[in-house]
Amino acid sequence: MSREDVLTAADTASSEPIQLVAPDGTRRRHAEFDAMLADVNDDVVADLYVDMVAVRRIDTEATHLQRQGELALWPPLLGQEAAQVGSARALREDDFVFTSYRENGVAYCRGVDLEDMLTVWRGNASSGWDPYGINMATPQIIIGAQTLHATGYAMGVKLDGGDQAAVAYFGDGAITQGDVNEALGFAASYQAPVVFFCQNNHWAISEPVDLQSRVPIAQRAEGFGIPHLRIDGNDILAALAATRIALERARSGGGPTFIEAVTYRMGPHTTADDPTRYRDQAELDEWKEKDPLTRIEEYLHTRGMAVDGFREAAQHRADDVAEKLRRGITTMADPEWAAVFENVYAEDHSWLNRQREQYGRYQNLFGSDAGGEA
Amino acid sequence: MTTQTTGTSTLTLGKSINRGLHHALADDDKVLVMGEDVGKLGGVFRVTDGLQQEFGPERVLDSPLAESGIVGTAVGLAYRGFRPVVEIQFDGFVYPAFDQIVSQVAKLRYRTQGRVSMPLTIRIPFGGGIGSPEHHSESPEAYFAHTAGLRVVSPSNPQDAHVMIRQAIACDDPVVYFEPKRRYHEKGEVDEGVDLGALPLGAAQVVVAGSDVTLVTYGPLVKTALDVAAAAADEGVSVEVIDLRSLSPIDFAPVEASVRKTGRVVITHEAGQFAGLGAEIAASLTERCFYHLEQPPVRITGFDIPYPPSKLEQHHLPDLDRILDGVDRVMERTNSLSGGAAC
Ligand SMILES: Cc1ncc(C[n+]2csc(CCOP(=O)(O)OP(=O)(O)O)c2C)c(N)n1
Ligand SMILES: [Mg+2]
Repeated sequence: MSREDVLTAADTASSEPIQLVAPDGTRRRHAEFDAMLADVNDDVVADLYVDMVAVRRIDTEATHLQRQGELALWPPLLGQEAAQVGSARALREDDFVFTSYRENGVAYCRGVDLEDMLTVWRGNASSGWDPYGINMATPQIIIGAQTLHATGYAMGVKLDGGDQAAVAYFGDGAITQGDVNEALGFAASYQAPVVFFCQNNHWAISEPVDLQSRVPIAQRAEGFGIPHLRIDGNDILAALAATRIALERARSGGGPTFIEAVTYRMGPHTTADDPTRYRDQAELDEWKEKDPLTRIEEYLHTRGMAVDGFREAAQHRADDVAEKLRRGITTMADPEWAAVFENVYAEDHSWLNRQREQYGRYQNLFGSDAGGEA
Repeated sequence: MTTQTTGTSTLTLGKSINRGLHHALADDDKVLVMGEDVGKLGGVFRVTDGLQQEFGPERVLDSPLAESGIVGTAVGLAYRGFRPVVEIQFDGFVYPAFDQIVSQVAKLRYRTQGRVSMPLTIRIPFGGGIGSPEHHSESPEAYFAHTAGLRVVSPSNPQDAHVMIRQAIACDDPVVYFEPKRRYHEKGEVDEGVDLGALPLGAAQVVVAGSDVTLVTYGPLVKTALDVAAAAADEGVSVEVIDLRSLSPIDFAPVEASVRKTGRVVITHEAGQFAGLGAEIAASLTERCFYHLEQPPVRITGFDIPYPPSKLEQHHLPDLDRILDGVDRVMERTNSLSGGAAC
């Protein structure tokens, strides 16, 4: 199929998100999307399912660790596993990803060391992993800022003549930020190979999505001249196919794509949030029926796969990641005071040197020279 | 709608601001409250709790998620005669609005030869000590104090917080109101019926009288400074604590009077030292009462680094011991820098 076909048929933001697997596991046909999934046989789907189970386990385990005082905070992704795993599994290793704080499922797929995922939430450092190690920037807290970074990275890829893509992950709330709108403008102007992956999880802390947008978010891209897709974000196959379409366009010089993955934040905003103050249980119950994991179980069941088999594989992997997380936390050393002064500048800085030296002398008052050569 | 001006009650600092906003909304229907999550949720710190329920979503507005949008539309509302009180959710999220604040809010009166007023109040929970990730613990007050056209204040206790938010809203100049977020739960007596004209918004206050050392601070560290005064007293050193309350302008008269008496001054704030408020205070005191100084002014501040991760913030934040060390320095007692080249 030609790229033009894909554009005309699939890139229209209808209010009904594109769905390949219904909540009851029914497989829906969609010519353009299905064409992107020719290699995705039942075993591949089962692998994706295992990923989602592992990611959910990371999330519940981290939430427990926060409750037990091991983490200062955790932003749960419960309910967004399909959007994150499906899109991240479409990427190549040499693509580069810029996300917000909630994309721990993406980080998992990028191959992050699990304990590195927790460093920032424990408060040991302001980030946990080397962005160049897994081609993924560390979590961005400033809403929307990373969309410009992804766009600039993609501009660099184009200048270099590379065929990689940059992917920006952000939320429904972020769509209002100036940075995001500027990123869309720049990406369109330069036809940068960037994918804007917006997880519309319906809430920005206590603010419902209709406060941010009176039209489906995907439609916003239209005014910028950016092709867009609106998908069921709880459907991992739709997320995979849509991201592949966008990546193919990016790699072949077709410029940016905007994907709105319609999903739901089933947990609190963070472990510090109390969503009962602003949203109804009924809404949550409704979305529980659309769980991204159970629909794949149902689907694989209808395909005649032994449910027990892949459930067991998933359980193994989940136990494994949970154990690694726990072990990582208990062996994580607290940072030494000298780290306070490190990496502020690349080069020597006389003012800061003096501050460090004086603080070292202050530490000596207490007979402690831990961490300091000062 | 009228608010009963009850007598004195015990309120947290957060609640005292909430009550102040309540009075302002009740007394003047041009007052609006805007910001992210300020409505149903009542703000992430619950400072606007219940206000939307009472005054309606047209006066207490949940804003779309964009700080430049919040402040920029507040400018337009002010043009139209409203008095917006905007909330920036955390200190580190004010920068998307920095352009609107510095280039528009601060300059409009000057640009229009006084024809346009910008009576905005920009509330910013600020400072550290709450174990948060990046961007949630900053002290950006110097950027704003450096900007002509803005008034900058920071209360330290529930009574001041209550009175000062009402004064800030009533003020025809834009006021950046920094709330010491780690003190939101501190309780104190609040008299909501107090005469709002009694102590001006810009006034500094001596909160503990003393004769040996002047300790100047504001916001979250006032409480720490009170502890310092008590600890120093145990060691026979009498510390006078001054709560600046206003950071632009700074009410230098009581500070200068104190330093003329003590001859020794320590200035402390959470923000970094370089080109910070402490630098302005030290320089101004040196100009005003150089011959009364027995020792160079000492600054005990946060380091000049990005705010560190929470496991390290206890090093960064001035605490009782570090400030006492500063007191020892100006008192020429044994201290961390004695016995070696201090400079
Ligand atoms: C510039 C900025 N303003 C405010 C915040 C505070 N804040 C953190 S998360 C959030 C809501 C984000 O919602 P959304 O973009 O939908 O992402 P989600 O949390 O749903 O993943 C807000 C307002 C912030 N982090 N950065
Ligand atoms: Mg959201």
